[in-house]
Amino acid sequence: MIDLSSGLGWLTWDFLIDAMSWVLIFSGSFFLFIGSLGMLRLQDFWSRLHAASIIDSAGVGLLLFGMMLQGGFTLATLKLAFIVIFLFITGPTASHAVANAAFVSGSRPMDLVEDVTTKRKRKKKVGKK
Amino acid sequence: MDHHLILRVVTRLLVAPILLFGLYVQFHGDFGPGGGFQAGVIFAVALILYGIVFGLSRLRSIFPDRWVMRLLAFGLLLYAGVGVVSLIQGGNYLDYNVLLPSAKAGQHYGIIVIELGVGITVFGVMMAIYYGFAGRPPSIEDTDW
Repeated sequence: MIDLSSGLGWLTWDFLIDAMSWVLIFSGSFFLFIGSLGMLRLQDFWSRLHAASIIDSAGVGLLLFGMMLQGGFTLATLKLAFIVIFLFITGPTASHAVANAAFVSGSRPMDLVEDVTTKRKRKKKVGKK
Repeated sequence: MDHHLILRVVTRLLVAPILLFGLYVQFHGDFGPGGGFQAGVIFAVALILYGIVFGLSRLRSIFPDRWVMRLLAFGLLLYAGVGVVSLIQGGNYLDYNVLLPSAKAGQHYGIIVIELGVGITVFGVMMAIYYGFAGRPPSIEDTDW
């Protein structure tokens, strides 16, 4: 058996945890950057909403996971875990609420010139009544 | 109302943790970040979220309007009462040192009671603002936009 507690030369546990948290934090920052760029540059409400929801879930989630690795088994990690859990519940819900409001008020994606969705909905409602 | 299913489920899931977090901020305020102002707002946010998703009438049935003014008055009375008690004990107004036999305990419990009064008052004010805005009859009908 290899004694893993001391690691293998330069490949120590501290180095591994640091490397993993750096990878997570860098990819989280990457998603934050992509999301903000998309919110500024995309031309349509629905695609901009998609970019914004990437920031909520992927960007901040990865950043917080990276911070949890830095924190170790402490109270700070537990708090970060709670933040991740609540963010994963509330972020998509907020995006859903915004998209729902836009859809109800009549906004449709760019190429959807002929409005198929409302037609189908109305037929259903009439059929139910 | 059917397409608000996700919002209703998530709101039911979140109201209790928000209230719990409000209490944590309230009673942890003398050790860490937090205190009465933030806790009152967080506590009110849970009820306002409930009111937004489930409708104002349901919120009014669980938190009636008459409680708003009662809580406002009670919170302020609690705050001012601590000051009056310290006056009666022979110190200055809001002098925590004379509240209890030892100055250390007086400081500890004095700040807790003061923050509780602040929290209750801020909670009442937030609910009063929300009821004031949300309970107003609409000046423009929805169809006139």
